Amino acid sequence: MMYPELGQFALILALLLAVLLSVVPLVGSVTGRDSLQAFARPLTAGMFVFVAVAFGILTYAFMVDDFSVAYVANNSNSLLPWYYKFSAVWGGHEGSLLLWILMLAGWTLAVAVFSQRLPTVMVSQVLSVLGFVCVGFLLFIVMTSNPFERILPNIPTDGADLNPLLQDFGLIIHPPMLYMGYVGFSVTFAFAIAALINGRLDAAWARWSRPWTTVAWAFLTVGIALGSWWAYYELGWGGWWFWDPVENASLLPWLSGTALIHSLAVTEKRGVFKSWTVLLAIVTFALSLLGTFLVRSGVLTSVHAFASDPERGTFLLALLAITVVGSLILYAVRAPTVHVRVRYGSMSREIFLLLNNVMLVSATLLVAVGTLYPLVLDSLDMGKLSIGEPFFNLTFTPLAIAAGLLMGVGIFSRWKKTDAGWLARKLLWPLALSILISAAAIVGYGEFKIMAFLGIFTAVWVAVATCWDLWDKSNSRKGRIHGLKRQSRSYYGMVLGHLGLAMIIAGATVVSNYGIERDVRMELGDVATVGDYQFVFTDVGQRQGANFTAAYGGFDVLLDGRKVAELHPEKRQYSVGMSVMTEADIDAGFTRDIFVAIGERISDNAWAIRLQYKPLIRWLWLGAFITALGGFLAVSDKRYRIRERATEPKAKLDDSGSLVASPLMTSATTPVMTSEARS
Amino acid sequence: MHPIRKKRLTIVLFLLAGLAVAVGLSTYALRQNINLFYDPTQIAAGDAPADVRIRAGGMVEEGSVLRDTESLKVAFKVTDFTESVTVEYVGILPDLFAEGQGIVAMGRLNREGVFLADQVLAKHDENYMPPEVADALAKASESRDIAAEATKTLTN
Repeated sequence: MMYPELGQFALILALLLAVLLSVVPLVGSVTGRDSLQAFARPLTAGMFVFVAVAFGILTYAFMVDDFSVAYVANNSNSLLPWYYKFSAVWGGHEGSLLLWILMLAGWTLAVAVFSQRLPTVMVSQVLSVLGFVCVGFLLFIVMTSNPFERILPNIPTDGADLNPLLQDFGLIIHPPMLYMGYVGFSVTFAFAIAALINGRLDAAWARWSRPWTTVAWAFLTVGIALGSWWAYYELGWGGWWFWDPVENASLLPWLSGTALIHSLAVTEKRGVFKSWTVLLAIVTFALSLLGTFLVRSGVLTSVHAFASDPERGTFLLALLAITVVGSLILYAVRAPTVHVRVRYGSMSREIFLLLNNVMLVSATLLVAVGTLYPLVLDSLDMGKLSIGEPFFNLTFTPLAIAAGLLMGVGIFSRWKKTDAGWLARKLLWPLALSILISAAAIVGYGEFKIMAFLGIFTAVWVAVATCWDLWDKSNSRKGRIHGLKRQSRSYYGMVLGHLGLAMIIAGATVVSNYGIERDVRMELGDVATVGDYQFVFTDVGQRQGANFTAAYGGFDVLLDGRKVAELHPEKRQYSVGMSVMTEADIDAGFTRDIFVAIGERISDNAWAIRLQYKPLIRWLWLGAFITALGGFLAVSDKRYRIRERATEPKAKLDDSGSLVASPLMTSATTPVMTSEARS
Repeated sequence: MHPIRKKRLTIVLFLLAGLAVAVGLSTYALRQNINLFYDPTQIAAGDAPADVRIRAGGMVEEGSVLRDTESLKVAFKVTDFTESVTVEYVGILPDLFAEGQGIVAMGRLNREGVFLADQVLAKHDENYMPPEVADALAKASESRDIAAEATKTLTN
């Protein structure tokens, strides 16, 4: 069978099309030749088709257990259930890179399809920039990480199995969501670069970028939440965020992306912060690339680092360097030409959003320092050290609280100018209400801790301010329902986003401060107490899974003498790799999780058992999903569609195309002329 | 001052203030939370400070794991095949903890040279070797080679 070679061939064809895409439309847009610009969409479609064919072929190889393909042999096994064979496609380096490229090509295609009403020049340039990014990653996969490499002629009879940690529902969807986010920022980046090239950094540009950025950001939010959820139940020990460099790698673009969506809002509504917004767009995409580099190059060691191949790391680093240096040079040359003459007071929504950006960028910097500092020292051979969780908790928490408190105030502020006295009076009742609610919550949890109070207060404050503002805005003479209906979807998107954030803050605060974790030695019949709950060790047994055998324990969970749950945590032994895995059992609830995991056997009839009470932990992920939902809702707002329809007919656009191209030419030629004049 | 200049100045000052707070916080936090890595040879030589949170790692020595059957206490030795250090830990060990596996532990060295771990990390993959441990092993074997060379030249 020759089909795996066809997959590789498809990738090479996609690469050739990507090269054309990165050059032809761009040249067309600069020289004003429509015949060249017209290639942008067909080239994009072709590239997507060939990448999709390659991805389909790899998936097929997994489904039919074709172990002549090295990547399949290393990451799959004939005993795997079909859905894990499917997710095993991205269970290793090569395949996950192919998934990444598929998403990139998909986003590019989406831009080509949903940009019918954008000026041709803009479309050509955006697609060309995306084509350039595609070239980088296609080169990467073709040169260093061919997923279709064969083991011939000694084809293994069976595969080496997928890492048992990855045999899980969360891992079927976590990477695609995360990649959708990472890769989605490349669209924002492409819009930013195109705007820099043609000098059109205006409200229209911000309006085009906004929905793409918001969607990418919402996907990233979901991806991160899924990763955290997966780590919680699958890594076995009940933590939900470890400040592991790999997690931080995804948090970095999320933080700067969050700053970006707020700054884009200001740029669209008020036409200010343009240079800053462009810079953020570049930085966010660079951080996405940095994340990919950190996770894929093997400089980090974790479940995500599949292979430490220095060649791959170097390639990604070079790609990152080219992107960052290239776009920063372009930024340096072009951005200062963008002048702003819009006024706003020192007490205005603009300023609050600026402060929000300062907070988020500071947080990004903190996380970046904590993540990169040990890596840089190590690569300079200046010693091996690690920066522990306390660093991040100590620095990140105050920033998060400050940002939350500020946000509550900012929600009530107005564009241009807000009267400080009016704002203070406005805040009085929400403030009183928030203090009351958080005090009640603290009393409910029983123990006063200053950090717990601050965290809960921040969450309540954000929620109360958001709802209060919604209440204010929905005031209408035709009644409350009419008033609520009148609000736009993007406003509701913001409301959901902020309420979701409030839930995340509340969940994180409560579970960190009031969660209980106990490691105990238990024999059959033993009873252990965790908070108000009693755990009775009732049973041990064996069971046979599809590709593993499991030893399990039975636990009855009692609250006030009444049985509330029966849990069966397992210790699994996978038959192929002989690896052992802890499978915790969790009684999940809206207000609390009960968590049991089995550790090692201590003696013939005693085991080490981890028992946990996790109040409000579900709020973390639920909040993240609500936040992401807010993002999707905001994008569905009709104003993005109406404004697009309102653009000029096509002939005129081509006109403006050549107009737009000219500033670039003048700016490129002017320095030459002046230097000639000087000499 | 021109109002726009003034505005720009405010913005720059805001940014600088934010940056200063971030830098201040992070240097303060960094100073307290850097955990240096020491291999068994360095610890045996007394290079590692006592009562400071550090990381130590190596291979778990075959036959060295002693488990208390009445509690979660466990003691074992980590080695780089030149020197070894006793590690004591109370709690649940990771799934891939086993004799002959590479591990990294976080904790403090006491005055008797016993490493009291509060966290033991073994990685998710049975073929995986923590890079610090790999490094320590390479260094130790190198110095053994040199020592062997030296004795050879001496005996010759």
